[in-house]
Amino acid sequence: MQDHSLSIAKPTEGLLSQKIGTSLIAAALLCAIIAAFGQGETQSVLFFWLIIVFIFAGGIIFSIPYFKAIPGIKNNGIMHSPATNRGGIAWGIGILMTGFYIILYWFPNYLEGLIRTMDPLSIILRNKTSDQWFLYGTLYTLAVLVMGIRFIGKYRSNRYQVLRTLSVMFFQLGFAFLIPAFLLKLNQPEFYFSYFWPLKYSYLFPNDIDYLIQSGNIGVFMVFWGLIMTFIATPILTYNYGKRWYCSWVCGCGALAETLGDPYRQNSDKSLKAWKVERWMVHSVLVFVALTTALLWLNSWKNGTILGDASGLFSQCYGFLIGSVFSGVIGTGFYPIMGSRVWCRFGCPMAAILGLFQRFKSKFRITTNGAQCISCGNCSTYCEMGIDVRAYAQKGENIVRASCVGCGICSAVCPRGVLNLENLAEDGRFESYRRQEDK
Amino acid sequence: MNIIIIGNGITGITCARNIRKKNSDATITVISEESKHFYSRTALMYIYMGHMKYENTKPYEDWFWSKNRINLIQATVKHLNTDNKSIQLDDSRILNYDKLVLATGSIPNNFGFPGEDLNGVQALYNLQDLAKMEKNTINISSAVIIGGGLIGIEMAEMLHSRNISVTMLIRENAYWANVLPQEEAQLIGNHLHKHGITLKFNTELKEIQSIDQLSVHSVVTKQNETIDCQFLGITTGVKPNINFLKNSSIEIEKGILVNEFLETNIPDIFAAGDCAQFRFAKTGEAPIEQLWYTGKMQGETLANTICGNKTTYDRGIWFNSAKFFDLEFQTYGKVLPEITHEQESFYWAHENGKISFRANYNRSDRSIIGFNFIGIRFRQVIAEQWIREQKEIEYVIDNLKQGWFDPEFSDAHDKKIAKSFSSNPIN
Repeated sequence: MQDHSLSIAKPTEGLLSQKIGTSLIAAALLCAIIAAFGQGETQSVLFFWLIIVFIFAGGIIFSIPYFKAIPGIKNNGIMHSPATNRGGIAWGIGILMTGFYIILYWFPNYLEGLIRTMDPLSIILRNKTSDQWFLYGTLYTLAVLVMGIRFIGKYRSNRYQVLRTLSVMFFQLGFAFLIPAFLLKLNQPEFYFSYFWPLKYSYLFPNDIDYLIQSGNIGVFMVFWGLIMTFIATPILTYNYGKRWYCSWVCGCGALAETLGDPYRQNSDKSLKAWKVERWMVHSVLVFVALTTALLWLNSWKNGTILGDASGLFSQCYGFLIGSVFSGVIGTGFYPIMGSRVWCRFGCPMAAILGLFQRFKSKFRITTNGAQCISCGNCSTYCEMGIDVRAYAQKGENIVRASCVGCGICSAVCPRGVLNLENLAEDGRFESYRRQEDK
Repeated sequence: MNIIIIGNGITGITCARNIRKKNSDATITVISEESKHFYSRTALMYIYMGHMKYENTKPYEDWFWSKNRINLIQATVKHLNTDNKSIQLDDSRILNYDKLVLATGSIPNNFGFPGEDLNGVQALYNLQDLAKMEKNTINISSAVIIGGGLIGIEMAEMLHSRNISVTMLIRENAYWANVLPQEEAQLIGNHLHKHGITLKFNTELKEIQSIDQLSVHSVVTKQNETIDCQFLGITTGVKPNINFLKNSSIEIEKGILVNEFLETNIPDIFAAGDCAQFRFAKTGEAPIEQLWYTGKMQGETLANTICGNKTTYDRGIWFNSAKFFDLEFQTYGKVLPEITHEQESFYWAHENGKISFRANYNRSDRSIIGFNFIGIRFRQVIAEQWIREQKEIEYVIDNLKQGWFDPEFSDAHDKKIAKSFSSNPIN
């Protein structure tokens, strides 16, 4: 009754399109290097198209097998592949990305040719020529979109995953790329409506606020928006939905981690020791940014008499250590080795503050379904935040953890349907399941 | 108190952990032949498929054991001396105990098929089997699996993930039909077929063939069909691992005989998990339970008894779960493959062929007996509560939403189910 020719879905049928996809991405990289060496200045339009088309085509062709396969999450071979299991390829990609960040931040002149390839787009969107940050923003957005398509293919059996990925793609493209560019075109301050203090720390620094207020009504609205989001919307949304409303639905850092970083999510450290380090680090950063902000305001209130010339030093220091080194070089560059949420987990002050809300005052939890856990470990393995989800699930306890960004992958990969992200009454969210017979 | 636990599976380890929770002074030693540390046997398939590494399958970090003063010994127990309360290990060490827990688990059934010692023929139970399977499946193209149960399908998925074509020989007329009702069995069978697995029903193995007398080359079924394969998975169930007790004074039958406190016939010796056999099983319950969940519960119950709080093992309301490729399966209460005369069964299936719901209930008072869910996640607390409180089927159908546990934004099927229920003339 079942003849062999009917056999559908060979799991590695995607091999050819993966070869073509990665070749095109490599071609894009090659074009970028040639452009950086100077060709980008003379033939910017050509190289712009080459790079963009190669990346897009490569990414989509690479993703085709995910869409052709029978829906259902398949993590086959992830621990065997040198690309995803901290092998040679992973180290190569890690060095490449780390190196790119170092050059971008401190030696942008090496990228001059590449920056020029973005001029055509930059002029259309912003009415000015490109700079290193526009180049970065374009590549960043491209990565989120292309790898977002891959993500949707892989996880398309799960609607939560699809919707949240469309959401981060939307916010990255619209709020973190197009709107700030259009604002510049309209001679308004370049403002990111999807970033708030303390992640975008300078939005509550006196200098930025002064500047925004002086730039007219839109600027005043931006200050107002920043204050509302930080002090009113954030607590309310986090109370109702947990920190996921931001970290895995809106935030640009989260967007990159969830899309470009998805192949590496299993590399986060799940040890108790890592959790201890994480708590110290992320909360120190929060204290650091809060202190910096307070000092700057005090200084501005006292007309610069406290910090004097050193007034900017504090914020520069924070900007260098946290804004550049941590969130960029380590946070993204180390994806292939340390997992996709290094920055979010160890360094992001926004994650820290949302986490405190989530842990102590929120309706959000990951519910464990009775005694159904078989301790297999898929949930912990694929938790990008390094939470040992299984430790809770096998005890029948709900997972209420400050660091959980609510990506929902633990629930999606659970082979027994044990975990579910829920916003229920605050009461009882720490209660664990006990059998009637044991009560 | 000096406690020795033989076996570091879910039963032995749960027992050890719970003893430590209640008693900080006891000396606890866990002996395992298989591995130094406890790992999740249920995750063996994921190691092979590359979803996880062995390290990921350990539910506790390695420091956990010394911190909780649980001594781990990797060795084989050769002999048990009940008279002077000691055991002898394969390295001739002799260990004394005050209380002994036998949690030795299972070994695969073998039926003595001719040729079952050939290379490429194996079962899948432990880490050593997994290593063997790794070796046996290098560069092969086709495999046969006998046995249409849970391990069989796991093995099929494992092999499939490496592009090895799989034929399953199943004795029954549908997949897992000795456990599942026909509709579910067929739904799962169709799903397997979609994934390219060939299922041969009403088919049994007759002979394993080899050309070089070393490795399997093909199998012959009882219908005299020859199927080429370089790998033969034997997944025809397991039996208690009790060979080392054969000449001891411990009473054994199929498993180690225990009473409701998990006590054997010898004082201070207990047995729990896959290796234990209840002398007087309750009606409708199997004398030997070979499940992760029951092993865990038995280990916990036994820890109570050993720590002085004598506790009866109570299986509670039956539940189980599985995953067949992409299909998740949950069951609560007792759903038999065929209902009895006193029962009614309501079945609903989604048109996509991947989701189904079944509720069995008593014809007389319409009280709910049990559920099968495929492709639907359902809350255990709700299902248990309804079964315990003998809710009427109408109440259950009307309130299905309460138990829904699917991820947010998933389609809820409760309304469709309710509509189908009310339009069903039998009900």
